[in-house]
Amino acid sequence: MKYTSQMVAKPYFIFALILLAGEILFGLLMGIQYIWGDFLFPLIPFNVLRMVHTNLLIVLLLFGFMGATYYLVPEETESELWSPKLAIITFWIFVVAGVLTILGYLFVPYATLTELTFNNLLPTMGREFLEQPLPTKVGIVLVVLSYLLNVSMTVLKGRKTVITTVLLTGLLGLAVFFLFAFYVPDNLIMDKFFWWFTVHLWVEATWELILGAILAFVLIKVTGVDREHIDKWLYLIIAMTMVSGILGTGHHFFYMGAPEYWLWIGSISSAVEPMPFLLMILFAFTMSRDRKIKHDNEMALTWAKGTAVMGFLGAGVWGFFHTLAPVNMYTHGTQLTAAHGHLSFYGAYIMIIFTVISYAMPILRGRPHGNSAKAQKVELASFWMMNSGMLGLTLALSAAGLVQIFDQRVGTNLIGFMESQESINGIYMVRAGFGLLVFAGLLTYFYSFFVKEEAQQA
Amino acid sequence: MTERITKSMAKNIYYGGGTFALMIFIALTFDTVHQIPKRSNQQNMTESVVAGKKLWEKNDCVGCHTIVGEGAYYAPELMNVFQRRGGSDVTAFKAYMQGWMAAQPLAIPNRRKMPQFHLTPAEVDNLSDFLIWTSKVNANDWPPTIEG
Repeated sequence: MKYTSQMVAKPYFIFALILLAGEILFGLLMGIQYIWGDFLFPLIPFNVLRMVHTNLLIVLLLFGFMGATYYLVPEETESELWSPKLAIITFWIFVVAGVLTILGYLFVPYATLTELTFNNLLPTMGREFLEQPLPTKVGIVLVVLSYLLNVSMTVLKGRKTVITTVLLTGLLGLAVFFLFAFYVPDNLIMDKFFWWFTVHLWVEATWELILGAILAFVLIKVTGVDREHIDKWLYLIIAMTMVSGILGTGHHFFYMGAPEYWLWIGSISSAVEPMPFLLMILFAFTMSRDRKIKHDNEMALTWAKGTAVMGFLGAGVWGFFHTLAPVNMYTHGTQLTAAHGHLSFYGAYIMIIFTVISYAMPILRGRPHGNSAKAQKVELASFWMMNSGMLGLTLALSAAGLVQIFDQRVGTNLIGFMESQESINGIYMVRAGFGLLVFAGLLTYFYSFFVKEEAQQA
Repeated sequence: MTERITKSMAKNIYYGGGTFALMIFIALTFDTVHQIPKRSNQQNMTESVVAGKKLWEKNDCVGCHTIVGEGAYYAPELMNVFQRRGGSDVTAFKAYMQGWMAAQPLAIPNRRKMPQFHLTPAEVDNLSDFLIWTSKVNANDWPPTIEG
């Protein structure tokens, strides 16, 4: 570790991983409730489980991005963080706000929660992924602003690199597009239209910039490839992201009340959306092939390559499956969307968090050469467990989606939603099984942190 | 393939392409915002419809159901529930909704459960009005069938 202020990244990483465990745990509970509807009912109804599951995901990714930023920005700018103290204060504020929000979801009926948190003053709650009470949303804005301030000030006083510029652009976009979470028109269709400005432009535009910057940083560190070369790749990737991702928002506007031209614009631009991920694969594998150094932390490079591959599968391939308007007519609102959501969030975002943690955490713990070979072996096992678990889960959800389409939407012998879901029950059991594998993989990953270092490493 | 592309070319594609895409997106946003009131029959958006939407949000209905294809996938699509359960008849649908909401949760073992929300009859009517209004939105012929 070159700069002492990089240390502030550590609590962010640890907390992100704790939240990830919570996210997967709640995912498992939902998986079980899918099969046995009485499970946990009325104690925790499905919508509450789901809120906790998805909100934990969002918050853990924000913690992960923040940890990654605080780790890489001092090294990139070659200067200490503007205010490590602010970063720590922000951390605790975010922790308290996050925990309170989750407890609120779990222990207060949602309708009561809306009343307790002034939702009548400015109604923003009860929308998918943006269920947070008003004080939490305001809290997120404050946390993100303090984070942006800290990063910008550090970048301003230090060396400017392409990585920090791209990262800052992504963070700025994250902040700006979250503001649409506060705009809730009375017209449901208008509401949905602008809701996507936060949801899509986060995950398929601005977050991809953050992802690209983190990936580029780790690749420079573990491959020793010339920065100029890495920068070019980074620009190419994010160029493709912007060109396809912004207008790709259109693939959400096919069948929700927006005009017909989105059918064309959405289909064409989102056909290009796999491109940045394809480039990411080429990027990671080319850099790995052309590497100048062989870093002892081999797992960091493994995760980096894994991110590119799984991101391409989840966001690129599974996205493309149902992104063309005539296909989406039948897939819209089915388990196929859930399949794509799971693999893309995992492949692109959870895995980039693993990548940066795998690279930075050993250094933060005083092991500049990475963890011991034994610990890396355990980590590699967890890598394969989680990847195959997520792939299996995604395949199961895709099968469920296909059955659903043929049951409810194609042909003449149609059956209703509930009946169709019953016919899918066996597939949901398979899905839950793969979910367990993912959880076991995560526990194995946690265990790798506690594998004792071998007495003498050469 | 990437050998022929230089860093500054890549940079220009990023800034140029990104700005171009953003400008088209903004222009189309203005047009869409202009068209949505017509496509969604905003003139029929009564106070009751708006109250229904607020109830929809207050009880996090989207945490289980989908509406116009978006939401969770645990419970049925509700954009066309007016046609499916009410046969497109306002009185029949409203009566159905009163009975249905009062009967929750259904005592069928291991069927997925809808909680009891303790809505007043007037609130259930608001919800019905909201769903009826939604069922008439022009969503480019979606959903493809009545089973949604």
